[in-house]
Amino acid sequence: MAQIIAGLGTSHVPAIGAALDLGRTEEPYWQPLFNGYGPAQEWLARVDPDVVILVYNDHGTAFSLEVIPTFAIGVAREFPPADEGWGPRPVPVVQGHPKLAWHLAESLILDEFDLTIVNEMDVDHGLTVPLSVTCGQPEAWPFPVVPLSVNVIQYPPPTGKRCFDLGRAIRKAVEAYDEDLRVVIFGTGGMSHQLHGERAGVINSDFDRRFLDDLTRDPQRLIDLPHIEYVREAGAEGIELVMWLIMRGALNRDITEVYRHYHVPASNTATGLIIFENEAEGAPLARAS
Amino acid sequence: MVDTDAFEDIPGTYLFNKDRCHEGYHLNMFCMSLMKAENREAFLADEPGYLDRFPLTEEQRRCVLERDWLGMIHVGGNIYYTSKLGATLGRSFQYMAGAMSGLTQEEYRAMMAGGGRPIEGNRSKSEQK
Repeated sequence: MAQIIAGLGTSHVPAIGAALDLGRTEEPYWQPLFNGYGPAQEWLARVDPDVVILVYNDHGTAFSLEVIPTFAIGVAREFPPADEGWGPRPVPVVQGHPKLAWHLAESLILDEFDLTIVNEMDVDHGLTVPLSVTCGQPEAWPFPVVPLSVNVIQYPPPTGKRCFDLGRAIRKAVEAYDEDLRVVIFGTGGMSHQLHGERAGVINSDFDRRFLDDLTRDPQRLIDLPHIEYVREAGAEGIELVMWLIMRGALNRDITEVYRHYHVPASNTATGLIIFENEAEGAPLARAS
Repeated sequence: MVDTDAFEDIPGTYLFNKDRCHEGYHLNMFCMSLMKAENREAFLADEPGYLDRFPLTEEQRRCVLERDWLGMIHVGGNIYYTSKLGATLGRSFQYMAGAMSGLTQEEYRAMMAGGGRPIEGNRSKSEQK
Protein backbone atom coordinates (compact mmCIF):
# COMPACT_ATOMS: atom_id res chain seq x y z
CA MET A 1 0.00 0.00 0.00
CA ALA A 2 1.10 3.55 -0.64
CA GLN A 3 1.46 5.94 2.24
CA ILE A 4 1.61 9.68 2.79
CA ILE A 5 4.61 10.11 5.02
CA ALA A 6 4.97 13.86 5.25
CA GLY A 7 3.58 17.23 4.24
CA LEU A 8 5.23 20.48 3.23
CA GLY A 9 3.75 23.96 2.92
CA THR A 10 5.51 26.66 0.93
CA SER A 11 4.94 29.97 -0.81
CA HIS A 12 5.31 29.96 -4.59
CA VAL A 13 6.23 33.60 -5.35
CA PRO A 14 7.32 33.96 -9.01
CA ALA A 15 10.15 36.38 -8.09
CA ILE A 16 11.77 33.58 -6.05
CA GLY A 17 11.97 31.46 -9.19
CA ALA A 18 13.34 34.40 -11.16
CA ALA A 19 16.01 35.12 -8.51
CA LEU A 20 17.15 31.51 -8.69
CA ASP A 21 17.05 31.34 -12.49
CA LEU A 22 19.03 34.59 -12.80
CA GLY A 23 21.65 33.54 -10.23
CA ARG A 24 20.76 36.27 -7.72
CA THR A 25 20.34 34.14 -4.60
CA GLU A 26 23.52 35.49 -2.98
CA GLU A 27 22.39 39.12 -3.23
CA PRO A 28 21.67 40.72 0.16
CA TYR A 29 17.97 41.04 -0.69
CA TRP A 30 17.57 37.34 -1.45
CA GLN A 31 20.20 35.65 0.70
CA PRO A 32 18.20 35.44 3.99
CA LEU A 33 15.31 33.84 2.10
CA PHE A 34 17.39 31.28 0.25
CA ASN A 35 19.48 30.41 3.32
CA GLY A 36 16.29 29.16 4.91
CA TYR A 37 15.62 26.77 2.04
CA GLY A 38 18.83 24.76 2.56
CA PRO A 39 17.58 22.63 5.48
CA ALA A 40 14.33 21.91 3.62
CA GLN A 41 16.30 20.67 0.60
CA GLU A 42 18.40 18.45 2.85
CA TRP A 43 15.28 17.07 4.51
CA LEU A 44 13.58 16.29 1.21
CA ALA A 45 16.71 14.61 -0.20
CA ARG A 46 16.87 12.45 2.92
CA VAL A 47 13.19 11.49 2.74
CA ASP A 48 13.55 10.83 -1.01
CA PRO A 49 9.84 10.38 -1.83
CA ASP A 50 8.67 8.11 -4.66
CA VAL A 51 6.14 10.72 -5.72
CA VAL A 52 4.93 14.16 -4.65
CA ILE A 53 1.31 15.30 -4.81
CA LEU A 54 1.64 19.04 -5.38
CA VAL A 55 -1.34 21.25 -4.57
CA TYR A 56 -1.05 24.65 -6.25
CA ASN A 57 -2.96 27.17 -8.27
CA ASP A 58 -2.68 28.12 -11.89
CA HIS A 59 -2.37 31.90 -12.48
CA GLY A 60 -4.18 32.35 -15.80
CA THR A 61 -1.75 30.06 -17.59
CA ALA A 62 -3.13 26.58 -18.38
CA PHE A 63 -6.59 27.84 -17.47
CA SER A 64 -8.05 31.30 -17.95
CA LEU A 65 -11.43 32.82 -17.18
CA GLU A 66 -12.80 30.77 -20.09
CA VAL A 67 -13.07 27.66 -17.91
CA ILE A 68 -12.52 27.75 -14.14
CA PRO A 69 -12.16 24.31 -12.55
CA THR A 70 -12.32 24.40 -8.76
CA PHE A 71 -10.14 21.28 -8.47
CA ALA A 72 -8.19 19.78 -11.40
CA ILE A 73 -5.82 16.82 -11.38
CA GLY A 74 -3.08 16.33 -13.98
CA VAL A 75 -2.86 12.76 -15.29
CA ALA A 76 -0.31 13.32 -18.06
CA ARG A 77 3.08 11.67 -18.44
CA GLU A 78 4.74 15.07 -18.31
CA PHE A 79 3.98 18.74 -17.74
CA PRO A 80 6.09 21.38 -19.53
CA PRO A 81 7.00 24.61 -17.69
CA ALA A 82 4.76 27.36 -19.06
CA ASP A 83 5.67 30.53 -20.93
CA GLU A 84 4.16 33.12 -18.60
CA GLY A 85 4.95 36.02 -20.88
CA TRP A 86 8.75 36.13 -20.68
CA GLY A 87 9.58 32.60 -21.89
CA PRO A 88 9.39 29.34 -19.90
CA ARG A 89 11.51 29.03 -16.75
CA PRO A 90 14.77 27.15 -17.47
CA VAL A 91 13.77 24.22 -15.27
CA PRO A 92 13.26 20.53 -16.09
CA VAL A 93 10.02 19.24 -17.55
CA VAL A 94 7.90 17.89 -14.70
CA GLN A 95 7.36 14.14 -14.93
CA GLY A 96 3.87 13.02 -13.98
CA HIS A 97 2.71 9.76 -12.41
CA PRO A 98 -0.24 8.79 -14.62
CA LYS A 99 -1.00 5.56 -12.81
CA LEU A 100 -1.29 7.14 -9.36
CA ALA A 101 -2.99 10.25 -10.80
CA TRP A 102 -5.69 8.19 -12.54
CA HIS A 103 -6.17 6.13 -9.40
CA LEU A 104 -6.64 9.35 -7.41
CA ALA A 105 -9.05 10.78 -10.00
CA GLU A 106 -11.19 7.63 -9.96
CA SER A 107 -11.12 7.20 -6.20
CA LEU A 108 -11.80 10.84 -5.40
CA ILE A 109 -14.69 11.19 -7.85
CA LEU A 110 -16.29 8.02 -6.53
CA ASP A 111 -15.72 9.49 -3.06
CA GLU A 112 -17.78 12.50 -4.24
CA PHE A 113 -14.95 14.96 -4.92
CA ASP A 114 -15.69 15.86 -8.54
CA LEU A 115 -12.27 16.74 -9.91
CA THR A 116 -11.63 17.95 -13.44
CA ILE A 117 -9.26 15.55 -15.24
CA VAL A 118 -6.49 17.19 -17.26
CA ASN A 119 -4.53 15.30 -19.94
CA GLU A 120 -2.50 18.25 -21.22
CA MET A 121 -1.31 21.11 -19.10
CA ASP A 122 1.60 23.52 -18.90
CA VAL A 123 2.56 24.31 -15.31
CA ASP A 124 3.39 27.82 -14.14
CA HIS A 125 5.39 29.21 -11.22
CA GLY A 126 2.71 27.96 -8.84
CA LEU A 127 4.04 24.45 -9.38
CA THR A 128 7.66 24.96 -10.44
CA VAL A 129 8.74 27.42 -7.71
CA PRO A 130 7.90 24.95 -4.89
CA LEU A 131 10.03 22.36 -6.70
CA SER A 132 12.88 24.85 -7.03
CA VAL A 133 12.87 25.87 -3.38
CA THR A 134 12.85 22.26 -2.19
CA CYS A 135 15.13 20.67 -4.83
CA GLY A 136 17.42 23.50 -5.99
CA GLN A 137 18.53 23.35 -9.62
CA PRO A 138 18.87 19.68 -10.62
CA GLU A 139 19.14 18.40 -14.21
CA ALA A 140 15.90 16.51 -13.65
CA TRP A 141 13.39 16.74 -10.77
CA PRO A 142 14.16 13.86 -8.39
CA PHE A 143 10.59 12.49 -8.26
CA PRO A 144 7.43 12.40 -10.37
CA VAL A 145 4.66 14.83 -9.45
CA VAL A 146 0.88 14.61 -9.44
CA PRO A 147 -0.33 18.21 -9.93
CA LEU A 148 -3.55 19.18 -8.19
CA SER A 149 -4.70 22.65 -9.21
CA VAL A 150 -7.15 24.66 -7.11
CA ASN A 151 -9.05 27.79 -8.17
CA VAL A 152 -8.19 30.60 -5.76
CA ILE A 153 -8.45 33.51 -8.23
CA GLN A 154 -12.15 33.64 -9.09
CA TYR A 155 -14.20 34.11 -5.95
CA PRO A 156 -15.22 31.85 -4.32
CA PRO A 157 -12.43 29.34 -3.92
CA PRO A 158 -13.31 26.15 -2.05
CA THR A 159 -13.84 26.54 1.69
CA GLY A 160 -11.23 25.54 4.23
CA LYS A 161 -13.39 22.61 5.27
CA ARG A 162 -13.74 21.40 1.70
CA CYS A 163 -9.99 21.59 1.24
CA PHE A 164 -9.29 19.73 4.47
CA ASP A 165 -11.85 17.05 3.58
CA LEU A 166 -10.31 16.66 0.13
CA GLY A 167 -6.97 16.09 1.84
CA ARG A 168 -8.52 13.33 3.95
CA ALA A 169 -9.98 11.72 0.85
CA ILE A 170 -6.59 11.91 -0.90
CA ARG A 171 -5.02 10.08 2.01
CA LYS A 172 -7.69 7.37 1.86
CA ALA A 173 -7.17 7.00 -1.90
CA VAL A 174 -3.38 6.85 -1.56
CA GLU A 175 -3.67 4.13 1.06
CA ALA A 176 -5.86 2.10 -1.30
CA TYR A 177 -3.21 2.17 -4.03
CA ASP A 178 -1.73 -1.22 -4.82
CA GLU A 179 1.99 -0.36 -4.88
CA ASP A 180 4.30 0.53 -2.03
CA LEU A 181 4.89 4.21 -2.65
CA ARG A 182 6.20 6.76 -0.18
CA VAL A 183 4.28 9.94 -0.92
CA VAL A 184 4.89 13.52 0.24
CA ILE A 185 2.15 16.12 -0.25
CA PHE A 186 2.85 19.82 -0.82
CA GLY A 187 0.40 22.64 -0.10
CA THR A 188 1.54 25.89 -1.71
CA GLY A 189 0.73 29.60 -2.03
CA GLY A 190 0.57 32.55 0.36
CA MET A 191 1.49 33.68 2.86
CA SER A 192 0.00 37.14 3.49
CA HIS A 193 0.07 39.31 0.39
CA GLN A 194 -2.08 41.60 -1.69
CA LEU A 195 -1.10 42.42 -5.24
CA HIS A 196 -3.86 44.78 -6.32
CA GLY A 197 -5.63 47.99 -5.37
CA GLU A 198 -4.65 50.82 -3.05
CA ARG A 199 -3.98 48.27 -0.28
CA ALA A 200 -1.34 46.42 -2.34
CA GLY A 201 1.62 45.35 -0.23
CA VAL A 202 -0.27 44.52 2.93
CA ILE A 203 1.58 42.00 5.12
CA ASN A 204 0.33 40.48 8.37
CA SER A 205 3.06 38.48 10.10
CA ASP A 206 0.92 37.84 13.18
CA PHE A 207 -1.71 36.16 11.02
CA ASP A 208 0.94 34.14 9.19
CA ARG A 209 2.70 32.91 12.33
CA ARG A 210 -0.57 31.94 13.93
CA PHE A 211 -1.55 30.09 10.75
CA LEU A 212 1.73 28.14 10.86
CA ASP A 213 1.26 27.40 14.59
CA ASP A 214 -2.32 26.23 14.20
CA LEU A 215 -1.58 23.71 11.48
CA THR A 216 -0.39 21.53 14.38
CA ARG A 217 -1.93 23.21 17.43
CA ASP A 218 -5.47 23.93 16.28
CA PRO A 219 -6.26 22.85 12.71
CA GLN A 220 -9.97 23.12 13.50
CA ARG A 221 -9.62 26.90 13.77
CA LEU A 222 -8.20 26.98 10.27
CA ILE A 223 -10.83 24.59 8.90
CA ASP A 224 -13.49 26.98 10.23
CA LEU A 225 -11.74 30.18 9.12
CA PRO A 226 -14.06 31.98 6.65
CA HIS A 227 -12.75 33.44 3.40
CA ILE A 228 -13.26 37.00 4.56
CA GLU A 229 -10.76 36.53 7.35
CA TYR A 230 -8.08 35.58 4.83
CA VAL A 231 -8.95 38.47 2.54
CA ARG A 232 -9.11 41.06 5.32
CA GLU A 233 -6.21 39.80 7.45
CA ALA A 234 -3.83 38.15 4.96
CA GLY A 235 -4.56 40.27 1.87
CA ALA A 236 -6.83 39.40 -1.04
CA GLU A 237 -4.27 37.11 -2.64
CA GLY A 238 -3.36 35.57 0.75
CA ILE A 239 -6.49 33.45 0.30
CA GLU A 240 -4.17 31.01 -1.49
CA LEU A 241 -3.44 29.66 2.00
CA VAL A 242 -6.63 27.55 1.90
CA MET A 243 -4.62 25.17 -0.29
CA TRP A 244 -2.35 24.32 2.64
CA LEU A 245 -5.38 22.72 4.31
CA ILE A 246 -5.51 20.04 1.61
CA MET A 247 -1.97 19.08 2.62
CA ARG A 248 -2.91 19.20 6.30
CA GLY A 249 -6.00 17.06 5.77
CA ALA A 250 -3.91 14.34 4.15
CA LEU A 251 -1.75 13.95 7.28
CA ASN A 252 -2.34 12.22 10.61
CA ARG A 253 -4.24 14.00 13.33
CA ASP A 254 -0.99 14.12 15.29
CA ILE A 255 1.97 15.48 13.40
CA THR A 256 5.40 16.82 14.24
CA GLU A 257 6.65 20.10 12.85
CA VAL A 258 10.24 19.39 11.85
CA TYR A 259 11.17 22.66 10.13
CA ARG A 260 9.92 26.20 9.64
CA HIS A 261 11.19 29.23 7.74
CA TYR A 262 9.44 32.59 7.56
CA HIS A 263 10.69 35.69 5.79
CA VAL A 264 9.37 39.09 4.67
CA PRO A 265 9.49 40.10 1.86
CA ALA A 266 9.92 38.29 -1.41
CA SER A 267 8.75 40.93 -3.85
CA ASN A 268 5.20 41.64 -2.57
CA THR A 269 4.79 38.64 -0.34
CA ALA A 270 5.44 37.15 3.07
CA THR A 271 6.98 33.74 2.50
CA GLY A 272 6.65 30.67 4.64
CA LEU A 273 7.89 27.11 4.47
CA ILE A 274 6.92 24.41 6.95
CA ILE A 275 7.50 20.65 7.11
CA PHE A 276 5.42 18.08 8.97
CA GLU A 277 6.11 14.43 9.55
CA ASN A 278 3.33 12.07 10.48
CA GLU A 279 4.02 10.92 14.03
CA ALA A 280 6.04 7.77 13.88
CA GLU A 281 4.15 4.56 13.54
CA GLY A 282 7.32 2.50 13.49
CA ALA A 283 9.27 3.14 10.33
CA PRO A 284 11.77 6.01 10.24
CA LEU A 285 11.13 8.58 7.52
CA ALA A 286 14.43 8.54 5.73
CA ARG A 287 14.77 5.84 3.11
CA ALA A 288 16.79 2.86 4.41
CA SER A 289 20.17 2.84 2.68
CA MET B 1 -24.66 33.54 0.13
CA VAL B 2 -21.71 35.86 -0.22
CA ASP B 3 -21.78 38.87 2.10
CA THR B 4 -20.61 41.33 -0.54
CA ASP B 5 -20.87 44.33 1.80
CA ALA B 6 -18.40 42.77 4.22
CA PHE B 7 -15.82 42.29 1.45
CA GLU B 8 -16.44 45.77 0.05
CA ASP B 9 -15.74 47.22 3.50
CA ILE B 10 -12.08 46.20 3.17
CA PRO B 11 -10.27 49.32 1.95
CA GLY B 12 -8.42 49.37 -1.37
CA THR B 13 -9.48 45.80 -2.11
CA TYR B 14 -11.58 44.58 -5.06
CA LEU B 15 -12.60 40.96 -4.56
CA PHE B 16 -12.66 39.24 -7.94
CA ASN B 17 -16.26 38.10 -7.62
CA LYS B 18 -19.03 37.28 -10.10
CA ASP B 19 -19.75 40.93 -10.93
CA ARG B 20 -16.11 41.81 -11.59
CA CYS B 21 -15.55 38.66 -13.65
CA HIS B 22 -18.61 39.52 -15.74
CA GLU B 23 -17.66 43.18 -16.18
CA GLY B 24 -14.00 42.53 -16.84
CA TYR B 25 -14.17 39.35 -18.89
CA HIS B 26 -13.08 40.82 -22.24
CA LEU B 27 -10.49 43.10 -20.65
CA ASN B 28 -8.93 40.12 -18.89
CA MET B 29 -9.11 37.93 -22.00
CA PHE B 30 -7.37 40.71 -23.97
CA CYS B 31 -4.58 40.47 -21.37
CA MET B 32 -4.63 36.67 -21.65
CA SER B 33 -4.06 36.97 -25.41
CA LEU B 34 -0.70 38.61 -24.64
CA MET B 35 0.62 35.23 -23.49
CA LYS B 36 1.43 34.64 -27.17
CA ALA B 37 4.50 36.35 -28.62
CA GLU B 38 2.83 37.20 -31.96
CA ASN B 39 -0.04 38.90 -30.14
CA ARG B 40 2.37 40.94 -28.01
CA GLU B 41 4.03 42.15 -31.21
CA ALA B 42 0.71 42.99 -32.84
CA PHE B 43 -0.45 44.90 -29.77
CA LEU B 44 2.76 46.90 -29.44
CA ALA B 45 2.73 47.75 -33.17
CA ASP B 46 -0.84 49.12 -33.15
CA GLU B 47 -2.48 49.31 -29.73
CA PRO B 48 -5.88 50.80 -30.73
CA GLY B 49 -6.14 48.46 -33.73
CA TYR B 50 -5.34 45.43 -31.62
CA LEU B 51 -7.85 46.47 -28.94
CA ASP B 52 -10.56 46.58 -31.65
CA ARG B 53 -10.45 42.77 -31.62
CA PHE B 54 -12.01 42.80 -28.15
CA PRO B 55 -15.43 44.21 -27.19
CA LEU B 56 -14.08 46.52 -24.49
CA THR B 57 -15.94 49.47 -23.00
CA GLU B 58 -14.60 52.97 -23.68
CA GLU B 59 -13.34 53.17 -20.11
CA GLN B 60 -11.56 49.82 -20.35
CA ARG B 61 -9.85 50.97 -23.58
CA ARG B 62 -8.82 54.23 -21.96
CA CYS B 63 -7.33 52.42 -18.96
CA VAL B 64 -5.24 50.18 -21.20
CA LEU B 65 -4.04 52.97 -23.51
CA GLU B 66 -3.23 55.31 -20.60
CA ARG B 67 -1.72 52.55 -18.38
CA ASP B 68 -4.22 53.34 -15.65
CA TRP B 69 -3.46 50.25 -13.56
CA LEU B 70 -5.86 51.05 -10.73
CA GLY B 71 -8.54 52.06 -13.24
CA MET B 72 -8.29 48.61 -14.85
CA ILE B 73 -9.06 47.02 -11.48
CA HIS B 74 -12.06 49.36 -11.09
CA VAL B 75 -13.55 48.10 -14.39
CA GLY B 76 -13.18 44.40 -13.72
CA GLY B 77 -9.49 43.79 -14.36
CA ASN B 78 -7.88 41.01 -12.36
CA ILE B 79 -4.29 41.48 -11.26
CA TYR B 80 -3.16 38.07 -12.55
CA TYR B 81 -4.36 39.15 -15.99
CA THR B 82 -3.41 42.85 -15.98
CA SER B 83 0.08 41.72 -14.95
CA LYS B 84 0.32 40.04 -18.38
CA LEU B 85 -0.12 43.50 -19.92
CA GLY B 86 2.48 44.69 -17.41
CA ALA B 87 4.93 42.01 -18.54
CA THR B 88 4.33 42.98 -22.18
CA LEU B 89 5.28 46.55 -21.31
CA GLY B 90 8.24 45.52 -19.14
CA ARG B 91 6.52 46.46 -15.89
CA SER B 92 7.04 44.37 -12.76
CA PHE B 93 4.44 43.44 -10.14
CA GLN B 94 6.17 45.89 -7.81
CA TYR B 95 5.86 48.73 -10.34
CA MET B 96 2.16 48.00 -10.83
CA ALA B 97 1.52 47.64 -7.09
CA GLY B 98 3.22 50.98 -6.52
CA ALA B 99 1.21 52.63 -9.31
CA MET B 100 -2.06 51.30 -7.87
CA SER B 101 -1.26 52.53 -4.37
CA GLY B 102 0.19 55.90 -5.37
CA LEU B 103 3.87 55.11 -4.79
CA THR B 104 6.89 55.01 -7.05
CA GLN B 105 8.47 51.61 -7.54
CA GLU B 106 11.34 52.68 -5.26
CA GLU B 107 8.99 53.86 -2.51
CA TYR B 108 6.95 50.67 -2.80
CA ARG B 109 10.04 48.47 -2.71
CA ALA B 110 11.29 50.30 0.39
CA MET B 111 7.91 49.81 2.09
CA MET B 112 8.04 46.07 1.38
CA ALA B 113 11.65 45.80 2.57
CA GLY B 114 10.50 47.48 5.80
CA GLY B 115 7.96 44.73 6.45
CA GLY B 116 5.18 45.67 4.06
CA ARG B 117 2.06 47.80 4.39
CA PRO B 118 0.82 47.42 7.97
CA ILE B 119 -2.47 45.65 8.51
CA GLU B 120 -3.33 48.09 11.32
CA GLY B 121 -5.63 50.75 9.92
CA ASN B 122 -6.21 48.72 6.75
CA ARG B 123 -8.87 46.25 7.84
CA SER B 124 -12.02 48.32 7.42
CA LYS B 125 -13.07 51.48 5.63
CA SER B 126 -14.45 52.64 8.97
CA GLU B 127 -10.88 52.76 10.32
CA GLN B 128 -9.92 55.25 7.64
CA LYS B 129 -10.98 58.88 8.10
